[in-house]
Amino acid sequence: MTVALEANGLGKRYGRIWGLSDCTLAIPAGRVVGLVGPNGAGKTTLLHLAVGLLQPTTGSLSVLGGRPGTTSAQLARIGFVAQDAPTYTGLSVGDHLRLGAWMNPSWDARLAEERLGRLGLDPRRKAGQLSGGQRAQLALTLAVAKRPDLLVLDEPVASLDPLARREFLKGLMEGVAEHGASVILSSHIVADLQRVCDYVVVLVDSRVQVAGDIQELLATHHRLTGPRHARGALPGDLLLIGESQTDRQSTLIVRTDGPILDPAWTVEQLDLEDLVLAYMTHPREHERRPHLEIHR
Amino acid sequence: MIRLTLRQFRTEAAVAFGLLTALAVVLALTGPHLAQVNEAFQATCATTGNCSSAANPVFEVDRGLQALVPIIAIITPAVIGMFFGTPILARELETGTFRVAWTQSITRRRWLAVRLALLGLAAVTLAALLAWIVDWWDGPLDAASQSTFDPVNFSVHGFVAIGYAAFAFALGVAAGALLRRTVAAMGATLVGFAVSRIAVTSWVRPNLASPLHELLPFLTARPGFSLDASAGTLSLTPPLVHIPNAWIFSTSVVNPSGRALTGEYVLHACPGLHQMASAGPAANPLVALRTCQDKLSATFHTLVTYQPASRFWPFQWAELGIFLAAALALCGLTFWWLRHRLA
Repeated sequence: MTVALEANGLGKRYGRIWGLSDCTLAIPAGRVVGLVGPNGAGKTTLLHLAVGLLQPTTGSLSVLGGRPGTTSAQLARIGFVAQDAPTYTGLSVGDHLRLGAWMNPSWDARLAEERLGRLGLDPRRKAGQLSGGQRAQLALTLAVAKRPDLLVLDEPVASLDPLARREFLKGLMEGVAEHGASVILSSHIVADLQRVCDYVVVLVDSRVQVAGDIQELLATHHRLTGPRHARGALPGDLLLIGESQTDRQSTLIVRTDGPILDPAWTVEQLDLEDLVLAYMTHPREHERRPHLEIHR
Repeated sequence: MIRLTLRQFRTEAAVAFGLLTALAVVLALTGPHLAQVNEAFQATCATTGNCSSAANPVFEVDRGLQALVPIIAIITPAVIGMFFGTPILARELETGTFRVAWTQSITRRRWLAVRLALLGLAAVTLAALLAWIVDWWDGPLDAASQSTFDPVNFSVHGFVAIGYAAFAFALGVAAGALLRRTVAAMGATLVGFAVSRIAVTSWVRPNLASPLHELLPFLTARPGFSLDASAGTLSLTPPLVHIPNAWIFSTSVVNPSGRALTGEYVLHACPGLHQMASAGPAANPLVALRTCQDKLSATFHTLVTYQPASRFWPFQWAELGIFLAAALALCGLTFWWLRHRLA
């Protein structure tokens, strides 16, 4: 796979606190990648490092084959929508488009105007008067019209109401479909990720818990329910992700490539939310490899 | 990038140049009258024999403006720093828009460099125009007062205000980078500027060049003697020396070996004065004092320590250099901070 982002032992310290430490991961290009994890997992730090707003304290980071934030050519290849979609409150919507045009040689003015037209945003309105959803759309327009090879979005829908959230993600998918940019999108709303992403990375405490194609992950993860005494007799090719017990029953989340034939267990499909939650509730402290492998 | 900077700061620029224009109009309307009053006085004072600045009616004209204009001239650099310098980084960091600004296709170094160049130029231009207008308006007053080294006159005249403005601007930018809050950084800029100006005025400017020492005849200096009748002692007041436009640090009465004249010595040298002191206020000491002074002037001279008027322009250059160098250092610090602390 071609790699959009590759981190090796990446760390960032703010004073005495590490925002991200010893993070090793690879994110493929040409995908819409959901980066998910609890608050404080280091998602924002990782994304800020990726777009060059921060410089690493330790380790190395390569984005689209270059060091982020060092040259204008590198900056031109990455579009960024920051958390809460900051805009210049005193400037109008039209001013923001001019700002984009002035600061980006690759600016696509037609694309920007078309998007604003579709959204019904009046170019004369001040950005400070826009609703949260409109502001997010404006920030997305600014990032997309730069025609980046990689679009990075940090919690773009966290503060939006469900309708605005749906509209935003629709707009994002249209933009991506038209221009084929890679996308990295952080969120903790898994349902949203499921709608737009085809690849997911679960990050807990700077560590990748699982990363992979969503379809593939869903096909290889199962929920097993069975009598508690059968717990010890699991086949060896299963990787246990999480489990919960009642007096008589065990519920297990497992990963396996093969079918589960033991009749003692009822096998259920997982949805993405269950899968992500299982990895988030039982983080692998010592697992440092970017991809979990199945032990055989 | 240039257009964006202009767009973002057009309100500040419009307000600043609007205020400057308003002030220029007021000064243009009142300035000629000041000059007339002063010229009329200078033309007639020679015949009356009293050309001292205290008698000059020019100081009675537009007194409100005379008080206000130097204040405006002195605080303007600080205001420029607070409204042109501080917001450059503080506003972006405070509102989070730096995440927009620094992820466009321009490195943040260049982003800052363009802002520093453009807004710094605007700040310096404003300061230069203001200094030029004020210098013209205040010219007759300056000529009449003959004290160009007065702390207020020195900073209001000449081109040193350009250095103040550049320094306040750079201080504002650096404070914004370090504090990340517009209002806090504005306060820090104001305080930092005031402290720097006071420190340079009180401790640096007097030492820019070692002062001249000059011995004047004792009599021309006319020290005041005052007799304290109750204690029967004599106290000396320092002699008043007037050297036009010079900066006088101190005056004292000394003998050839450098010893200063004391009250005790006077009483010893002129025994008559002592009796007069004991006699109380009824005695008229004037004649005796004059005789005593004549006697003392054979050995004592008035020593004046001062910076001569000819050093006005060298001092302006030196202070301009100090503030410009400090401004450059602050810009360097801001670039370093942008690279290492804001990333």
